Amino acid sequence: MGGIPHDHYEPKTGGEKWLASRLPIVGLLYDTLLIPTPKNLNWMWIWGIVLAFTLVMQIVTGIVLVMHYTPHVDMAFASVEHIMRDVNGGYMIRYFHMNGASLFFVAVYAHIFRGLYYGSYKAPREVTWIIGMLMYLIMMGTAFMGYVLPWGQMSFHGTAVITGLFGAIPFVGGSIQTWLLGAGAVGQPALNRFFSLHYLLPFILAGLTIVHIWAFHTTGNNNPTGVEVRRTSKEDAAKDTLPFWPYFVIKDLFALCVILVVFMAIVGFMPNYLGEAVNYVPANPLATPNHIVPEWYFLPFYAILRAFTGDVWVVMFADWISFGIIDAKFFGVLAMFGAIAVMALAPWLDTSSVRSGRYRPMFKVWFALLCVDFVILAWVGSRPAEGIYPYIALIGATYWFAYFLVILPLLGVIEKPLTPPATIEDDFNAHYGKPTGTPAE
Amino acid sequence: MLRTLTLTTAVALGMAAPLAVHAATEIEVTDFAFPFEGPFGSYDQMQLQRGLQIYTEICATCHGLERVAIGTLADAGGPQLPEEQVIQYATDFPINDPDSNPQYYDRDKGDYRTLTPADKFPANHSINAPDLSLMAKARVAWEGPYGTGMNQLFKGPGGAEYIASLMTHYEEAPACAPADFPGYYNKAFPNGGFPEECKDAAGLHTVPGSWIAMPEPLYGDDVTFEPAADSSLEAEAQDVAAFLMWTAEPKMNQRKTAGLTGVIFLTVLSVLLYLTNKRLWAPYKHPAKRED
Repeated sequence: MGGIPHDHYEPKTGGEKWLASRLPIVGLLYDTLLIPTPKNLNWMWIWGIVLAFTLVMQIVTGIVLVMHYTPHVDMAFASVEHIMRDVNGGYMIRYFHMNGASLFFVAVYAHIFRGLYYGSYKAPREVTWIIGMLMYLIMMGTAFMGYVLPWGQMSFHGTAVITGLFGAIPFVGGSIQTWLLGAGAVGQPALNRFFSLHYLLPFILAGLTIVHIWAFHTTGNNNPTGVEVRRTSKEDAAKDTLPFWPYFVIKDLFALCVILVVFMAIVGFMPNYLGEAVNYVPANPLATPNHIVPEWYFLPFYAILRAFTGDVWVVMFADWISFGIIDAKFFGVLAMFGAIAVMALAPWLDTSSVRSGRYRPMFKVWFALLCVDFVILAWVGSRPAEGIYPYIALIGATYWFAYFLVILPLLGVIEKPLTPPATIEDDFNAHYGKPTGTPAE
Repeated sequence: MLRTLTLTTAVALGMAAPLAVHAATEIEVTDFAFPFEGPFGSYDQMQLQRGLQIYTEICATCHGLERVAIGTLADAGGPQLPEEQVIQYATDFPINDPDSNPQYYDRDKGDYRTLTPADKFPANHSINAPDLSLMAKARVAWEGPYGTGMNQLFKGPGGAEYIASLMTHYEEAPACAPADFPGYYNKAFPNGGFPEECKDAAGLHTVPGSWIAMPEPLYGDDVTFEPAADSSLEAEAQDVAAFLMWTAEPKMNQRKTAGLTGVIFLTVLSVLLYLTNKRLWAPYKHPAKRED
């Protein structure tokens, strides 16, 4: 596989030949691990391995947690406390799993924004990008359903709010919400099915991870210059690349290890910092918390959901033109899913002939604004929807859509990009000096 | 003892306050210094024992601890009472609210049985007093500034500070409140009753805290410590708050040790991987040196 010319696995011993003619699994592993990788990859190319590690960590800790957890409305909360108090090392396993979700999203946002800056979504990597977006959606669903399982106050009332989003769909919303919850309200059927899906979806993620890797191993990695590896000959390709093992495996493991130092410090010293305190109160349908907020990783999209209130003219216009079918609530839901959809469409919205943002002077500014916008949206999503906050959310949400729907298409036309280096080798040598010619000091 | 009086908000303040539509309750929480704060802090065994005594003699009358097994009082990192003392403690512990504890009813005996260390503390739901097992983790004292949660990075979430403040911040009701307003005015309590007379024209609260249903539980010198220790109101409030932090997070000492071990191990591994990576890439990044 892979379009980049390189040496393939040749079975040598009799045993290897015997296996290779029946199941070429060694060759598959060899080609995957030794795939030629652009040698100029920077530190933003480490998040993939962090994500793969986190997925495995979540599955392993999750399987252990399931051994002690009880998905029943009367026992779920108590069983989590049983894990925290009685199970050997249970408090660490549970805090790893709980904070692992946050690590997962830190990594996925870094990974996505890396892709957005260096144009990793552009042809020929659209399929990799789309699969990635699908994985991101599944991650969000998994994280949300996992948050329901401890059956605390925020679990319960958060579920009511989020499934209520589907209830906003015209005509069929109420039925869909009932179908999702398995009942008219949040209760035992919802807890049971969320538990089931929370266990299933990570394995689908694992499967999609393989497809994601397969796709970008076929196109080759993008790199900070956005210039493709030369495929004219094996020798040319070798000048632009180094094999994934050991050069990038060791580099990635080093980065992973540094990130895990921080992760370990959070788990060890402040494991509840990223959570909501009120979720340590058992679910009580009769008492709604003052302020229902999702976990931090949903906040930017939660802000977009709440930004489009009934007094915004776009919402009023949509309401009028659709004869009231698209009301403010449904508009908010459409906006939230739309915010992710426009991101998924980036490969076709970006018209620039240059791939990497490094050589796009105007793009750099707009992209920096998008990063700031994302942080502001996250912050405003955590605030009550009153006072000045809805206005900030509206401006932030508008910019999010404008970036993808207006700025990306226009920039390709009006921007005059710089010329990227001719080859990856040139870029690498510009950083580290030429392999020959330059005298040692 | 660090005693910074911190004005904080339970829901939102800062930018929200001047524009807020709904009233945000402002509360006053004192940033007490607890021995278990910070990455290297751990529970003070004697303080937990004093807190246990306060809980047993005062709080337990109305509040349950239904998630805590009595036997864990002997565990390392907790009050660590001797085994025989724990057995005695369990035997003596009364079931104040039979309705909430049917599991301890002995049909043969026709009465509630004697508790053992394997049992959990009895629940106590009948008068609407919340269970205290997880209270120290279920409350935060500060979320600011502007809801970013930065304060918690430096001061901790403040659950124990909140409980100690609740014990010490009972005060004379402000003049704006009607004399017959139900409950007791407490500057640290966010979600209690609040008289309309104490709101301004915009509906904002003019005084911090709210009216709590629980009468003042501690006054100072409420218990006699053995061995003797400070039994002022503030000392008692901190002791019982520390004990409730332990009931909420009984494995905190072990968790911090594990965290520190992990951080040290991973830091060493990071250094080794850094050096490996540097050496591995050296021929490509610094080709001139290779020829030396």
